[in-house]
Amino acid sequence: MNHLLIAPVVLPAVVAPLIAMVTRHHIDLTRIFSLAASVALVVITLVLGSQALDGSVQVYELGNWKAPFGIVLVLDRLSAMMCILTAILALVINLYAVGTGWDKRGSNFHSLFQFQLMGIQGAFLTGDAFNLFVFFEVLLIASYGLTIHAGGARRFQAGVQYVVYNLLGSSLFLFALGTIYAVTGTLNMADLAVKVAELSPDNTALLRVGAIMLLLVFCIKAALLPLHFWLPASYAEAPAPVAALFAIMTKVGAYAILRFFTLIFGPDVQATTGLAGDWLLPAALFTLAAGAVGVLGARDLGRVIAYGAITSMGTLLIAVSLFTPEAAAAALYYTVHSTFAAALLFLVTDMVVERRGAEVTPKAPMAQNGLIAALFFVGAIALAGMPPISGFIGKLLVMDAARGHEMVWTIWAVILIGSLVTILGLARAGTIIFWKSYDATTEVPEPATEAVDTQRAASLPFVATFGLVVGLVLLTIFAGPMSSFADATANQLFTPEIYIENVLGDTK
Amino acid sequence: MELLVASAVGVLTAAGIYLILRRRTFPVILGLSLLSYAVNVFLFATGRLLVGAPPILNKYEEVAYTDPLPQALVLTAIVISFGMTAVVVMIALGAYLSSKTDDINMDDAAEAGEDA
Repeated sequence: MNHLLIAPVVLPAVVAPLIAMVTRHHIDLTRIFSLAASVALVVITLVLGSQALDGSVQVYELGNWKAPFGIVLVLDRLSAMMCILTAILALVINLYAVGTGWDKRGSNFHSLFQFQLMGIQGAFLTGDAFNLFVFFEVLLIASYGLTIHAGGARRFQAGVQYVVYNLLGSSLFLFALGTIYAVTGTLNMADLAVKVAELSPDNTALLRVGAIMLLLVFCIKAALLPLHFWLPASYAEAPAPVAALFAIMTKVGAYAILRFFTLIFGPDVQATTGLAGDWLLPAALFTLAAGAVGVLGARDLGRVIAYGAITSMGTLLIAVSLFTPEAAAAALYYTVHSTFAAALLFLVTDMVVERRGAEVTPKAPMAQNGLIAALFFVGAIALAGMPPISGFIGKLLVMDAARGHEMVWTIWAVILIGSLVTILGLARAGTIIFWKSYDATTEVPEPATEAVDTQRAASLPFVATFGLVVGLVLLTIFAGPMSSFADATANQLFTPEIYIENVLGDTK
Repeated sequence: MELLVASAVGVLTAAGIYLILRRRTFPVILGLSLLSYAVNVFLFATGRLLVGAPPILNKYEEVAYTDPLPQALVLTAIVISFGMTAVVVMIALGAYLSSKTDDINMDDAAEAGEDA
C-alpha cells in the first residue's frame, strides 16, 4: 500500500491545527508554515500524478479494511489531475493572500485555507460515497469561515445566504445517500457500480430517485441553472483570494457528476439510462446563456466575474452532459483552463477593487493601471474563449466533441453567442474601468499623483497573478500533450471495470 | 411503525422547508434544524426498521440483528449537522449585528444597513 496516497489529505489536516493553535500570534511563522505546506502539497500531488500517469489505479485501504467494508481512497488519472490542479491553484492564491495582506485582515485565514484544501483533496481522492459527503462538509465548513473572512455587513449577509443554501444541499446529499443505501446496501463507489448494474430493471424507481437527488446536490455545487443563485453574491462578496480558490469548488461538483455518472450510473447501466444527460444538457445550455446575460448586466466588477465563472461552468457542463469519452476529455481540458482563468480574473478584480472600488463607473485613474489592465485583458479573453489563449482551444474541443450529437446546432449556437455576449460584457467593464477616467457629464477630476504613488503595492501579488497567466500560456503551448492526457483520462473513466477490479480486488 | 416513521420524516421535512422559505434568519435556521432531524430519522430507517434487535452479529446463535451501518452514518450526520447549526447561528448573528437586520435577502435594506 502506497502511503503517499493519503498525504494530500493528512498534510493539510496536520498543518491547519498546528497553525491555529501554535503559531496564531506570529503572522510570519503562520505564513511560513502555510506556504511550506502548499509547496509540499504541489510536490506530493505531482509525484502522485507521475504514478498515475501510466493508467494504473492505486487503492489505499484505511485501517487496512478491505473494500467494500472499509473506506478506500482511490488514485486514478482523474483524481491525480484534479489534485494537482488544486495544489497549484492553492499555492498561487496563498502567495497572493500573503502578498496583499488579506490573511492579516481577520483571524485564522491560513488554518481555514488548509482545512479547505484537505476537504477538496479528500473529495477528489475518496472512493466511498459517504466519505465524499464528509469531505464535502469539511471543505464547506472551511469555506463558510473563509467567505466571511475580514467581516463587513454585506459579506456577512452573503455568507448567510451561502451557508443556508449549502446546508440545504448537504441535507439533500444525505437523503440521496440514504435512498441509495436502502436500495443497494453499500456506499463504496466501486461496489455500488457492481450492485447497480446487477439490479433488475423493474425495481429501480427508488434508485432513480436517489440518483437524481445526487445529481441535484452536485449541480448545486457546480452552480448549474436553476441552482446557481448562491454563486454571484457569495463570490462577489467573498475576499478575493477566497473567491479565486472557490474557482476549484464548482469543479468539485463537476468532478462528482463525472465520477458518479460514468462509474456508477454510467451510460451503459440500464437502471438509470439517460437519467443525467437528458436533464443536464438543457440546464447547462441555460446556465451558459444566463451567465452571459449576467456578465453583460452586472454593475459591479466582482459580479461580472462571478457570472463569467457561471458561463464557464455552463460550457464545462455541456461537455460533461454529453457523456462520451471525447466530450469528457474536452471537459477535463476546459476544467484546467477555466479554473486558472476564473482565479486570474478574481485576483485582478481584487487589485482593481482595492484601488478604486468595485463599481463599473468612470473614476480617476488608479496606480499601475496599465499592468492591471493587461492582466484583465488576458483573463478576459481566456474566460470568453478568444484566441490565442487556452480558452479558445478548450471551447473548440467542446464544440468538436458535440459534433455527433443530435442537438449540435443548438449547442454550437449557445456556445458561440454566449462567448460573444461574454466578451462584450467583459469589454464593456474593462473599457469603463481602465480607459474612462471621468464621465463626459461631470468635471475632470484632479490627478491625485501622491495617492497614486502611495498605492503602489508589493510585487508578490503580481508574481502570483502572473503565475496564473503563465499557467494559461503553458496550457496553450502544451495543448497537445495535455489533451492526449485528457483523452487517456476520459478513456479510463469510460472503462470503469479497471477501477472496480482494483478497488474490490479478490473480495468480489 | 413504518407509517409512523415515514409520516414523521414527511412532516419534519415539510415543516423544515416551509420555515426555510421564510425571509428572516431565525425561522430559516429552525427550518434547517428540522430538516436535519428529518434526514437523521430517514438515514436511520434506511437499514430497515427492527425493534429490540442489537446491531451486532452473534456467531453462537441465530438471533435477529439490525444493520449497524446506518447507525454509524447517522452518528456522523448528527455531529456534522450539530456543528453546522452552530456555525450558521454564529454567522447569522454576525450578519444581524453588523447590518442591523435579520432579513436574509441582500437588497436595498442591506445597503441601508451598511451605511448605518
